[in-house]
Parts: sequence; structure tokens; C-alpha cells
Amino acid sequence: MPNAAARLVLPLLALVPVGFLGLFFVWPVVSIVGIGLGGSGVLDVLTSADTGRLVAFTLGQAAAATLVAVLMGMPLAFVLARCKLPGVGLVRTLILVPFVLPTVVVGLAFRALLPDGGVLSIVLANAFFNVAVVARTVGGLWAHTDRRAEEAARSLGASRWRAFTSVVLPAIAPAVGSAAAVVFLFCATSFGVVLMLGGARYRTLETEIYLRTVDLFDLPGAAALSILQVVAVIAVLLVGAAARRRRETALKLRGRFETARRPTGGEWIVVGAAAVVVIALLVPIIGLITKSLTTMDGWRALAGTGADGTLEVSAWQAASNSVKAATDATILAMLLGVTAAVVLSQLRRGRAVLGETLDLALMLPLGVSAVTVGFGYLVTLGDLPFDLRTSPLLVPFAQALVIAPLIVRTVLPVLRAVDERLRQAAGTLGAGPLRVWREVDLALAWRSLIAAAGFGYVVALGEFGATSFLARPDAPTLPVAIARLISRPGELNNEMAYAACVVLMLVTVLAVVLIERLTPAVGEF
Amino acid sequence: MTGTARLAALGLAAMTLAGCSLVGGGEQAPTNHTVTLVTHDSWAVDKALWADFQKSSGITVKVSTNGDAGALTNKLVLTKANPIGDLAYGVDSTFASRALKEGVFAPYTSPDASKGPQRYQLDDSHRLTAIDVGDVCLNVDTGWYAQHNLPAPTGYSDLVDPKYKGQTVVEDPSTSSPGLAFLLGTVKQFGADGWPAFWTKLKANDVKVDAGWDEAYTQDFSGSSGKGPRPVVVSYASSPADEIGSDGKPRTKALLSTCYRQVEYSGVLAGAKNPDDAKKVLDFLVSQKFQEQVPASMYVYPSREGVALPDAWKTAAPLPDAPAQLPADQVDANREKWVQQCRTLLQG
Repeated sequence: MPNAAARLVLPLLALVPVGFLGLFFVWPVVSIVGIGLGGSGVLDVLTSADTGRLVAFTLGQAAAATLVAVLMGMPLAFVLARCKLPGVGLVRTLILVPFVLPTVVVGLAFRALLPDGGVLSIVLANAFFNVAVVARTVGGLWAHTDRRAEEAARSLGASRWRAFTSVVLPAIAPAVGSAAAVVFLFCATSFGVVLMLGGARYRTLETEIYLRTVDLFDLPGAAALSILQVVAVIAVLLVGAAARRRRETALKLRGRFETARRPTGGEWIVVGAAAVVVIALLVPIIGLITKSLTTMDGWRALAGTGADGTLEVSAWQAASNSVKAATDATILAMLLGVTAAVVLSQLRRGRAVLGETLDLALMLPLGVSAVTVGFGYLVTLGDLPFDLRTSPLLVPFAQALVIAPLIVRTVLPVLRAVDERLRQAAGTLGAGPLRVWREVDLALAWRSLIAAAGFGYVVALGEFGATSFLARPDAPTLPVAIARLISRPGELNNEMAYAACVVLMLVTVLAVVLIERLTPAVGEF
Repeated sequence: MTGTARLAALGLAAMTLAGCSLVGGGEQAPTNHTVTLVTHDSWAVDKALWADFQKSSGITVKVSTNGDAGALTNKLVLTKANPIGDLAYGVDSTFASRALKEGVFAPYTSPDASKGPQRYQLDDSHRLTAIDVGDVCLNVDTGWYAQHNLPAPTGYSDLVDPKYKGQTVVEDPSTSSPGLAFLLGTVKQFGADGWPAFWTKLKANDVKVDAGWDEAYTQDFSGSSGKGPRPVVVSYASSPADEIGSDGKPRTKALLSTCYRQVEYSGVLAGAKNPDDAKKVLDFLVSQKFQEQVPASMYVYPSREGVALPDAWKTAAPLPDAPAQLPADQVDANREKWVQQCRTLLQG
């Protein structure tokens, strides 16, 4: 950057995400862990063999679920990025639906599907939630990579597979790594699914931290496990970051129009695989819809508050709360995520260590237990001038914490892939830094920004862990309302819960379509 | 359109989407007469009655729910220096002694406490007032047993009888409050030394242990809407009132010899910002009107004497007359130990 004033812009920008992260994440987590460390028994927990098994199972099931999600997501990513086929747009939207389904509903669906439960159902359920992360993150970058290099390889005699592994895969590897890291974090901290499908037999760090904090009030034990969780998460992220660093290079980004075409020959096999994945994702969803349609009572009941006033507001009101909270959370997270991504993409030249640290810190909220953060809020936020602990605004704040890392992960690979020479050329031609950013970075990353906003919105709509912890009963979101309906007796409550699930799916699809349609020019650079 | 303009347009569009934001909307400005009621997730109240009370008393009650009774108690203890509200409701007899020991509550004797709630009194300084009682009992699907020509089980010992193998589903005491109450019931029944032997036999008789009441009752129990495979479940004494068939007869019944009693309390928080109004809200919780709707909204029994139960309850879910209960200090001293022991036993 040319002058002193401009040099100040970056640190000031960095203050936004760093400040938010410090206030709503680091301070609460450090405080609650600190209280626990003051007690006795920390060492016992850290050194017990039980804890070792817990860590191993947590990481093992998350790794397995990540692998399944990546294997299922790649063919989908190919179809989304490279194929001009009828219905691709629909698939793009539909695959997001699993993401918003409340864990309690998916848990019940998988229990019905695999009554014996166990590790397999935990892994499959976690993968089910996350296929969309892989498909959309990878598809986003894939759609912008230049097809000509691959075609050159093919014309030089490389097989389709060879061209994929030596040309395409290196180009999209950063996105695969990003997606895998996010999925891994989601799976390592997944709570409801493990609790419901693992029963008393299978436990993870997340369920154990919850148990010790909430039920046993063993804060020292919980603190010990929280520290282990953070260490494990950082270790995994570092491995991921190292892999990314090797791969991330300037790519020749292209518009989607140039790269998508009708599949030919062997590509149809991949399309077929993608179709199988879509069908697999749709099975539980169609099951839910069918269940909700067996009687119309549940649908009629949505305007009410359930049997014996189960809810404090109608399901429609809860849906409106969901939309509002998700809107706030997305705007906030875009602000945080985009500033962070800009800072990170700039920092890369020169201050790599600082950049990596900030990058890592931003991902941490995904890897730390919602209950640790929630209990941390209780002991810290009361000290702020406004006691936010019982404020409805805490919900979008917490949701923003969850989705900001996802936005960074979607936008950053694209920003980093922007060829530096383009910026230099723009600068040489007389553009100021802001103009360069607007005409080069923003113009190239625009599509992924919108995709990030859409995806973040969906995650906020479906967010359950932190939301259920913070939402007030007079302002529940739809997933919280559904969980409450299921947790109370009475057939009407059950029917209403299923109808509400379908409403949640429809809201999701509608929101994604709206957000992605906001820019009719998407893909034109 | 340039990128920046588009970004601005998008932001603007998002902001104006029919007031799609929580900022500035919904939340009323707190008045001098605002009471924050901190409670558990099962909190429910007749809406018209609740609105009437707030209107006639001039008190605005903000309700904050905080997980189950255990989570609620722990949060209150954690925030006792800077309480998250003025009044708490839902700390139960299983967790009350922890809250009392930690000095979470301030003394207050409601004028109506003598009309029944004092029967469940825990400490002499009247820091907690009993609001309702709920009993956790085994529920059996009577129709299932009639269909299978088997006599329905009648008590704990039947659960370990090979005749009833694979028919029971219970909740994990470490993750579910009815599960914990059931464990305490077995401790009371078989003694602090004898209960592990019972649970070992229970496990050998193929008991299913679910994480929560939802899965156990609505999915695995045969007598609920889920029509699961198991005809015996740990639930509440009041559950049969919700399973009344079209013939007006209950499809399930609670085994009254297996009931464990939980009493739920309310108390003014020490350090509350508005203790005076909090006391008025507590008075309302023990009033005749509030107590009358407690069964319908929260599936529990009123603590006040002389409050009539709903008709369905009179036939399907009468209040168990001799439920088991352990002394609060014994529970407090051993709760974590028993739960851990039970988890280890179930996993091994």
C-alpha cells in the first residue's frame, strides 16, 4: 500500500473481527475454563485412560464422517461447477436442506432407519448434515477454475482420471481442505446426534463437556476436557493449514459460463454418483414430508401454540423469529467475515505467521463446545454496561460467531487465488487501493461472497446448539420450537413438529433462492 | 452496477426486508416493575392467566429458560454474585440442597405457603417455596400386555424377570432428569449398596438406555404416538392422562409402587434487582388460580391443598400416595457418585 494512511487501514479493519472474537468468544471461554482450573481434579481427568479413549473416539468419528462427507460431496461439486444440466440449480439449493434440520429430528430419523444405532449411524448422520459444505465450497472454486489447462492435459494424452488428479485436484485442493476442516470441526463438536444415536455407550468430548458442565457441575473436569478439545482442534487446523499453504496459488479465475457444459462420456458416471448422493440426502427429507402430510392437523396447528400451550408463541411467529435472527446474524457475520478475509488475504504477503494465527483464531468458535461458550457468557457478559445475558440479541451474536468462520472459508480461497499481477496492473494504471479492491478483488470474489452469505444464512436458520442455550421462551427460533414440541407428550405436538420441519425446509429453500437471485449478473466478471 | 454499489444494494435490501431484524423491534423498554423469572425448559403457563396477572399487578415478567433443573441450578450457582434474574422457579428436590448451600436464595415466606406448600419445606429460613410435585414412575402399555397374553409388570422386580426381557426402556441418569429420578428410586428401594446389583440384572435383561425422555417415550415406548417396540418406560405419573383412547380409557398406566417424587421450588434470588416485585410473582405462583392450571400446562401436581385435578387426571393419573423420596442432603452428597457408577456399569 502506497502511503501511511493506507497502512493504517489494515490494522483498523483487523480490529473488527478481533474485537468481536475477543468479547464474545475468548473472554467468556477463558473465564469459564479459568474457574474450572481453580478447582481440583483437573490433572486426574487429563491423565485418565478414559479421557484418552474419549479423545480418540471424538477425532476418529469426526475423521470418518469427514471422509464420507468429502466422498459424497465431490461428485456433487463437479455437477454444480461443471455441468450444464437441467435441475442443477435446484440441486444446489436442495442439498442445503439437511443443514437446517434440527438434530433432534435427524436423530429420530436415523434411529428409525438404523434401530441398532452405534458408530455407523453417528458417522452417517454427521456426514448427512455436512455434504452440502463440501459440495458448495468445492463447487464454488471449481466453477471458477480454468478449464483449458485440463483440456490441454487431455489433448496431450492424459486420461480423464490423470487430468483430474494432476490438473484439477491441485487447483481445487484449497477448497477441499477448507471444506474438510469445517466439516471436521462440525463433526467433532456435534452434540445432539452423538447423544441421541450414541446413547449411553458412545461419548465424545463435546457430550462429555456438556455433561460435566450442565449436569454434574464438574467445572474442573469440563475445563480439562475443554482444553483438550481446543488443543485437538488447533492441531487438526494446523495440519489443514499446512496442506493449504502448499496448495494455494494464484489461479486463472473464470466465470461460470465458460466452464460449465453438458457432460460427456465418462463424466456421466460422476453425474450418476451425484444423483445417488442427492437421492440418499432426500430419503430422510421425503420421509419427513410424508410424515407431516399423513394428517393435516399438524399444519392447522402451526398457527397455534401446540397442545396445552407447549410454545409461548405460534410456530409462524417462531419462523419469523428464525428469519430475523438469521438476517441479523448474516449481516453481522458478513461484516466480520469479509473484513477478516480481506485482512487475511492482504497479510499473506509478508506477515504469514500473523495471518495464520488470525485465520486459526477465527475457526476456533466452530471447534469449541457451545456449552463452554454459553456458560462463559453467564460469568462474563453480566459485567458489560448492558447485561446481554437475557437479551434476545445474544442469539444472532452467537450465530454470527458460528457462521463468520464459514464465510471466511468460502471467500478467502477466492481472494487468495486472485492473481497479484491483476492488482499490480490496476495500481500501475492509477487506481487507488480501494478502487483496486473494488475492481479486482470484489469483482472476482463477488459470486463467492453471495454464496457465502446464502450459506451463512442457512446455517444461522438451522443453528441449534448455541441458540437453544440462549433463546428466550417468548422468542424461540423454529428449530428450538420444534425440539420443544417433540419433547412434550401429545400426538398434536408431534404432528405439529413435523409440519414445522417442512416449514423450516421451505423457508430455507426460499431464503437461498432469494439471496442467490439478488444478483442476476452472477458469474459475469 | 459496480461491485460496491451492488454490495450496498444487497446490504440495504437485507436490512429492509420487511423489518427482518431483531434490532429495535420486540423488546420493550424495562420498567421499574420488571421481574426476570429464571426457570427450566419445561416452564409453561396458561397465556390468558399470565397476561391477566401482569396487567392487574403492573409487573412485567421476563421469562428466561435454562435447560433442565440441574442446568438451571448450576447456572444460578455460577451467577450468584451477579444473578441473571430476580426470581427462580424449577430448582427441584434433587438439586435444592446445592442451591441452598451456595446461598443462591434469599428468605421469603409467602402468605399462602401455609396452604399446602409448607408440607414440602426444605429449610427453616423459608428460602424455597414448593410450587408443584411431579412423580417419576414406570409406565406400562396395558394394551400391549393384553394382546400378548402376559400379566403386565407390577414393580421393580418384574423388570429383571426373564419373562419381561427386552421390554423396558429407561433414560440415562447422566443426561435426563426422569432418568436420574428413576435411579434415585432404585437407590431408595434397594439401598445405597444394593442398587448396582439391580441395575446389573436390568442390563442383563436387555434394558434399553436412551439419552433422553423424547426418544424413550415417543419412539421406543409402545404406548405413545410413536408406537415403538417396548411396553415399559420410565416416565411420569401424569403421562397416562395424555394417552387416553377414543373409548375414554387410558391406554397406559403408571406403576405407583415405583414412583419417585420430585418437588419443584421457587425462590427470590439473593442480590435480585427487584426483590419486592419478585415476591409478588412468587405469591402468584402459589395462588389458587396458578395452581389450578399447573397440571394442564406442566404435567405436574399442585403443591397447594384443595386444588382440583383435571377430569382426565382423576381417572388416569391420580397423585401417587406413597412415592419414594431420599433426603435432600443424601442426594446432594452422592448424586454425582451414583450417576458415575451407573454410567460405568451401563458401559461395561
